[in-house]
Amino acid sequence: MNIFDILEETFSAIMVNKARSGLTILGIVIGIGSVIAMISIGQGAQGSIEASIQSIGSNLVLVRPGFQRGAGPVSAGRGSATTLTQADADAIKKEVTLAKAVAPEISRRYQITAKGKNTNTQVTGTVSVYPEVRNIEIDTGSFITDQNIQSLSKVAVLGPTTRDDLFGEWSAPIGETIRINKVDFKVIGITKAKGGSGFGSQDDVVYVPLSTAQRFLAGDTYVTTISVEAESADSMSAIQQQITDLLLARHNIPDSTLADFQVMNQQDIVQTASSITNTFTVLLASIAGISLIVGGIGIMNMMLTTVTERTREIGLRKAIGAKKMDISLQFLAESVMLTFFGGFLGILLGWFLAYVVTVFASIPTSVSLNSILLAFGVSAAIGIVFGYYPARRAAGLNPIDALRYE
Amino acid sequence: MIECKKIVKIYKTGSIEAVVLRGVSFSVNDGEFVAIMGPSGSGKSTLMHILGCLDSPTTGMYILDGHDVSTIADDGLADIRRKKIGFVFQSYNLLPRATVIRNVTLPLIYAGVDRLRREEMAKESLRAAGLPEDRWLHHSNQLSGGQMQRVAIARALVNDPAMILADEPTGNLDTKTGEIVLDTFQRLNHEHGRTIVLITHERYVAEHAQRIIHIKDGEIVDDEKNIKQRVTNYTNGTI
Repeated sequence: MNIFDILEETFSAIMVNKARSGLTILGIVIGIGSVIAMISIGQGAQGSIEASIQSIGSNLVLVRPGFQRGAGPVSAGRGSATTLTQADADAIKKEVTLAKAVAPEISRRYQITAKGKNTNTQVTGTVSVYPEVRNIEIDTGSFITDQNIQSLSKVAVLGPTTRDDLFGEWSAPIGETIRINKVDFKVIGITKAKGGSGFGSQDDVVYVPLSTAQRFLAGDTYVTTISVEAESADSMSAIQQQITDLLLARHNIPDSTLADFQVMNQQDIVQTASSITNTFTVLLASIAGISLIVGGIGIMNMMLTTVTERTREIGLRKAIGAKKMDISLQFLAESVMLTFFGGFLGILLGWFLAYVVTVFASIPTSVSLNSILLAFGVSAAIGIVFGYYPARRAAGLNPIDALRYE
Repeated sequence: MIECKKIVKIYKTGSIEAVVLRGVSFSVNDGEFVAIMGPSGSGKSTLMHILGCLDSPTTGMYILDGHDVSTIADDGLADIRRKKIGFVFQSYNLLPRATVIRNVTLPLIYAGVDRLRREEMAKESLRAAGLPEDRWLHHSNQLSGGQMQRVAIARALVNDPAMILADEPTGNLDTKTGEIVLDTFQRLNHEHGRTIVLITHERYVAEHAQRIIHIKDGEIVDDEKNIKQRVTNYTNGTI
């Protein structure tokens, strides 16, 4: 009995009972459909979280102050220490050869006024390479230049949200004056909107030259973050190590566990976020998988009914020379064909669900080839697992008893 | 040629033993038309199962076409059934929603005959069984009882078996249709030289054979040559 004959037998057997086959398949369709949809939602979420982390800059290593350790046991919290200085940034720039660009910054919140309107937002004093390191694009005007830093220019670049708050939406306030902490700054540029990222909006911000911020706003030479861009993703951990070693030496700290700064690798952040979304995806898919098992039980139920109903037919097939294997294969093929049909329709359903979720709930989704292959594999496996027992039962029937069965 | 030597069949249910056949010996030559006749409970069905290789004897020897088949296991018996035996059952046992042609080709599917050849062979045996050609593409549940039994006969013929084994083939048919079916057997025996073993409890049906073996309580009580073989009036095979 060749494969083509088996498929023909199987197909005609399924078509005899269209309604029952259809309803049984429905269980698998819903199961596979929901698994596909859930995985696609999970993977879509993962993709968008990763993209949003990547948007703060590519191949980024961040150096931030560590704990403020006083004489007592009280810690003022991570990032509170004023231990990083302009000199540290200069040293990193000079000695960490793998670093492509180094952008120190000092960020603090101030009340800002302009033409009678006011807002409270983050003011970041930084250098000219900052847009390159942190993936910021200029919409109109220009960013802070090296010249501005040398001459302590009182110029400012606004994020689009800050611009909206101070001057109204879609205005172009180039050349206007804003007042930060009683100091007047001239607006020289507006950045492009980036949208909210995982770490607060990068659109609600005012950039000023680092030297100006240290002199007129902060009054000292500490920096709050040093952003270092690596040449490639491969060199990131090497850079991380180099910076750690350098700063430990500069700060005279013999033990790295006592470091008064922390070096974060963007890759680590991405990995942490990915592992969270992965767990989330697995959770969703397992819940959907339960319905798949229920669908499989439906298949088994139908196959057992079919075997009982067709006992005489099985007896006849045996009488005219079918071997156990032939009978077994025929019924196994029947359940696998059912689950395969179900799997195929389920993939279409899952795709449709993912599309609906994207359109109506604006959650990004992505149906990957892997999840489709997985769905086909799982549906075939369900056909075999849940079809095995009924098929074996059919094959094991005694032809005499089967022929006499009423 | 079929040879049964001292065939004994004992069924065991728990500790109770039921002796159904008590040493049955006979032989059937090629081209013979034999009826095995006996009342219900005589063991004729059990004998039929053994002759049809659906069951094995407890002791004794069964030689079919020169091979001793009494000790062969399940799948081996399936092979022998496929090659040597054509079954005709009382209740036809056709696949209800399949066409006539498909029903007849079924044994050939298991024999691994290719598609085109299958159809040819099926048509040939449908002609031999005398089913009108306009019925060949009908579904088997659209046919009358007599027609269904002819499809079953065609199915039994299709793999060119050494013996056709008919178990009460007229049991579900009225007298007239039954005669038509019996005529078909006679014709296959006369014209095609087929060996036919017919199992029945009716004297009238048995009289269509050339030889009648009487069985009672698991033993052969008589083995007569039927000199006055009944001839039916339907020699043209019209239904």
